[in-house]
Amino acid sequence: MKNFLPLILAAAAFAQAPAGNAERGKQLFEKDGCYECHGHMGQGGRDGPRIAATHLSVQALTRYVRRPLGSMPAFTEKVLPDPELRDIYAYLKSIPAAKPAKDIPLLNQIETTPSR
Amino acid sequence: MSNSRKPRVDRRGFLKGAAAGAAAIVAKPPAAQAQVAQERTTTPLPSARQIAAETSPPPARADVYTTDRPGSDFMLDVIKSLGFEYVAANPGSSFRGLHESIINYGGNKNPELLTCCHEESSVAMAHGYAKIEGKPMLVMAHGTVGLQHASMAIYNAYGDRVPVYLVLGNIQDITYRRSDVEWAHSVQDAAAMVRDYTRWDDAPVSLPHFAESATRAYKIAMTPPCGPVVIVADAVLQEEPVPDRERHLPIPKLALAAPPAGDSAAVEEAARMLVAAENPVIVAGRVARTPEGLKLLVELAETLQAPVLDRPFRFRMNFPTRHPLYGVGNVEDADVVLGLELPDFWSVTHSQTPINRMGMQSRSITKPGAKLITISSLDLLAKSNYQDFGRYTAVDLAIAADAEATLPSLIEACKRLLTADHKRAFSNRGAKFAEAAKDAHQQALEQAAWAWDASPITTARLSAELWNQIKSEDWSLVSDVVFMSFWPTRLWDFQKHYQYIGGHGAYGIGYGAPAAVGAALANRKHGRLSVNIQCDGDLNYAPGILWTAAHHRIPLLTVMHNNRAYHQERMYIEDMAARAERGIDRANIGTAISEPNINYATMAKAYGVYSDGPIENPNDLGPAIRRAIEVVKRGEPALIDVVTQPR
Repeated sequence: MKNFLPLILAAAAFAQAPAGNAERGKQLFEKDGCYECHGHMGQGGRDGPRIAATHLSVQALTRYVRRPLGSMPAFTEKVLPDPELRDIYAYLKSIPAAKPAKDIPLLNQIETTPSR
Repeated sequence: MSNSRKPRVDRRGFLKGAAAGAAAIVAKPPAAQAQVAQERTTTPLPSARQIAAETSPPPARADVYTTDRPGSDFMLDVIKSLGFEYVAANPGSSFRGLHESIINYGGNKNPELLTCCHEESSVAMAHGYAKIEGKPMLVMAHGTVGLQHASMAIYNAYGDRVPVYLVLGNIQDITYRRSDVEWAHSVQDAAAMVRDYTRWDDAPVSLPHFAESATRAYKIAMTPPCGPVVIVADAVLQEEPVPDRERHLPIPKLALAAPPAGDSAAVEEAARMLVAAENPVIVAGRVARTPEGLKLLVELAETLQAPVLDRPFRFRMNFPTRHPLYGVGNVEDADVVLGLELPDFWSVTHSQTPINRMGMQSRSITKPGAKLITISSLDLLAKSNYQDFGRYTAVDLAIAADAEATLPSLIEACKRLLTADHKRAFSNRGAKFAEAAKDAHQQALEQAAWAWDASPITTARLSAELWNQIKSEDWSLVSDVVFMSFWPTRLWDFQKHYQYIGGHGAYGIGYGAPAAVGAALANRKHGRLSVNIQCDGDLNYAPGILWTAAHHRIPLLTVMHNNRAYHQERMYIEDMAARAERGIDRANIGTAISEPNINYATMAKAYGVYSDGPIENPNDLGPAIRRAIEVVKRGEPALIDVVTQPR
């Protein structure tokens, strides 16, 4: 239990940290190249999943960014400090969810339009 | 011009006289020769004048200015016999004889000369053409500098197993090289530079040799595994008259080889494994060489009710994208994996340490006991220097054969084994995959909706807008989908073989634009609407291909995927920076294509191509595409510059 104490304290500190700034987060998202794989609005693409309007907590996102599972680079505290990551998180949370495809005429008709 | 500036000498008359003189010298009867030999021992030494007369070069040939039958005419006869429609070339002096024969003796028809601004464009154009037309386009280039330009495109065609036919000019005989230029443009072994990534080459030393090797080269290029071939057309053979004795040279009959089909016992064994499997998966590489290949793969998949995967790279139009067995299932759950014409089966069946971690470990991702089968003509291709063959894969059954040619017997073998129980089980399996395919399609639509109104425009929005404008046309996508996050194949209804041509082959950038123009040229006579989603980095290698499209009136809709960076490389730099824990915000250095932004609409206009853009508002995209399609339908190329998201 003693070994976990620093982690618990760190998590608690993170949870109490001030919320990020979405505007600054958007700038960091661009500057740090997050959009390369995830798209400028976090919509996702071939190289990275959608992270816009993420359902992850800021702690979960931070854990993943520090030790990702897939081919995403691991961004350490040294290159992406926690406050900056909170800003990016705030930006991702600020992105509105997409409309359902059925409410976008161009997408809605794709289902039913046969090719010649 | 009817009056030549130079005195005209009747070649036949001259040759007749010269030949008669030569014959008089060499054709003395043995008795006379013996007499001469005897005389040499008794007569005085020859005078200086006599020596000069005997050792000087014969003066008469310098007076011959014309010929009615240069060797290049015969070469063209051979070329015509092979059925080429087009020859792409950037003009070069080492094949000037053949160039002249094509436009005058051959009437610039079959083949018709296409003016290219770069040899890489010539070869890539031929590459794209072959994937639609199913046969090679001829390419001419210098054996030195032209081939150096062309070499990356040849490597792409080799990696993509596509037939491209190159004729290289070269001056082999040093006494015929007239200047420093011709010395610099001559080479001892022209094809050596590309021998590692061509199927075959030869440097004929006579016209009969040319005829035979040119025909053989065509046959080899077209026999799977297909690929580029090179014939060196010696400039002296091109430009000197056809010798009288060779005036009626025969042209060998072309007999294409039937593609190699799998051993019957091995095919039976593969069928037994597939029919007995509970969860077989088919992974398709470059399977469908022809439209028949697509039909056969559908038949095999439906017979087994087995899903067909073709990621991570879509090499060919192997399977209809809305088929219920397309893109569902996975290798991890399969008990039998059938790999067809895959360049790297190992990567399909294994995982490796990702780039975000140090070291390298790999492991199989298949279930314990899963059986692996390959049918691939690549087992018949033995080259070692360029390592596009992937890691060795320990499979349970390897069939060295062309997959398309083997599918008929494999399908029949599977059908013979089917029982009523099999059919019932397969039907249930198919129903499960059909549901999964339906869900996947719906998920794709929902995913496409994200950032729908964003600027830069998403690749999903671009694909949806394009589809909306082309879906009622007889369309053909003549570009890759990899850099578009596969959105076209996720949203569009691909059914026909010509609706998709795959990508580079060896990931050499600069292929896209010229390959699209070549494919559009092949589509032109069929009246198809060719669509090219064009990466900006790719176009900048040799944008002169836009002029070629305008000059030859090749109808092609090009939509720029203008994401203003070499994003694949930028991602790698970011990976490296993250690994080194420094400067992740500096990966744009050396990878951005901005400051200034390139205006591709202006570029296209400069080359004589209709253009629109740059378009940044997604709502402007649909009308712009519509206007451009009207231009293309009039038989012209058109380009729309669209500012896009990275992927």
